Amino acid sequence: MANKTVLFNKHLEANAKMVDFHGWDMPLNYGSQIEEHHVVRQDAGMFDVSHMTVVDVTGAEACDFLRKLLANDVAKLKVPGKALYGGMLDHNAGVIDDLITYYLSDTHYRIVVNSATREKDLAWITEQVKGYDVTVTERPELAMIAVQGPNAKAKAAAVFSDEQNTAVEGMKPFFGVQSGSLFIATTGYTGEAGYEIIVPETEAEALWQALLDAGVKPCGLGARDTLRLEAGMNLYGQDMDESVNPLAANMGWTIAWEPEDRDFIGREALAAIKAAGADKLVGLVMEAKGVLRTGMPVFFTDADGVEQQGTITSGTFSPTLGYSIAMARVPNSVGDVAEVEMRKKRVPVKVIAPSFVRNGKQAF
Amino acid sequence: MSNIPTELKYASSHEWIRKEEDGSYTVGISEHAQELLGDMVFVELPEVGDTVSAGDDCAVAESVKAASDIYAPLSGEVVAVNEALEDSPELVNSDAYGDGWFFRIMPSDLSELDNLLDAEGYQAVIDEE
Repeated sequence: MANKTVLFNKHLEANAKMVDFHGWDMPLNYGSQIEEHHVVRQDAGMFDVSHMTVVDVTGAEACDFLRKLLANDVAKLKVPGKALYGGMLDHNAGVIDDLITYYLSDTHYRIVVNSATREKDLAWITEQVKGYDVTVTERPELAMIAVQGPNAKAKAAAVFSDEQNTAVEGMKPFFGVQSGSLFIATTGYTGEAGYEIIVPETEAEALWQALLDAGVKPCGLGARDTLRLEAGMNLYGQDMDESVNPLAANMGWTIAWEPEDRDFIGREALAAIKAAGADKLVGLVMEAKGVLRTGMPVFFTDADGVEQQGTITSGTFSPTLGYSIAMARVPNSVGDVAEVEMRKKRVPVKVIAPSFVRNGKQAF
Repeated sequence: MSNIPTELKYASSHEWIRKEEDGSYTVGISEHAQELLGDMVFVELPEVGDTVSAGDDCAVAESVKAASDIYAPLSGEVVAVNEALEDSPELVNSDAYGDGWFFRIMPSDLSELDNLLDAEGYQAVIDEE
């Protein structure tokens, strides 16, 4: 029996095509995923992300614990509400999950983890927290709605209370604030401005309806995937998992090596991988007809004339650009061109840093 | 429930055909097929003048989800292709039995029509999937 979010009936009302997503019955689209994609790039769309897992980490040693648990350093968070993206690694430096951590106070952090990884994440955290004066509390009674797009903030403002509008006024990217019953964060998975709003389940349907009435269009997982890929954001389970280290997943920028004496889980293994040289995750662009697909092999010739091979981890048609884009894991000797084998022939592609579209515009 | 017009004939690989006044047959893909594929992003068509045999893969419908071969339901010569799909592949989604047609064939062996399905037969194919 698939899990349903509290917004399940709202999806059916909007004629969603529902699909199984890691045990959750979720909307794939409400008609056309490409139209939904364009709505987010040009106006305002919303996603039900209630399947994601909210976990509160509280207690006197909350900071110490998270500095051990995560490869990024929560000690960098000094202003209440500030958020941090990064990986939770195992002892071999494999990525158990990628997650966002919000600093609410010295004794209260909030992390938001993926739904597909919920059980193993909680099991890992429960194991690692032993010996710390910390309480880990899952918050399944909270739903989450992401409102994204150039007009997302203005349309959400029509739904927020005066108090909430005052609370979010001037809030910089990657911050969150609790106001009334809503936790409103300037985060997202699309490369556009907007909010991720954590809302009590009992109020989620009313919030969804109010956003609909304010002109925000519902968008499904299909658009969510093309938007995040255009933005160059990783999808856990596809672009990385436990068999991949963060350096090979374009997450090097999320590893806080300083201070040197911070002994986060996976540090020793990761330092060895770094010294030996890791693969890298790059962006591919193919302007010819056709679509790069997950799993297709990528070939290039390195500086010594030796053919090297990698694999597409996520590929799609970019509705914003009008041609295909992909992320691929390849040996780090890659230059700025490669070939992808598709439908039995090799097609030339450009190799770029994996960021294709930001704020509605081409980003490379 | 998908729309399956009764005046058309179907291949089990989800193409439909419609007889035109000049004796040629227009070929497209069914409503059911476009629903399965999702938003269309590219369509590759044969060339006018190509000779095809029934069952040949002669076009490609590429959607957000997958690339799918389109098979010739009849043998014959390609006498027209729907050039509008070049810039507007979404016509296949919005009007699968009309503006979203793929190509026209002048058949060389009309007995092949007997190998195709009527609407009821095609519905049975869908039901078995």
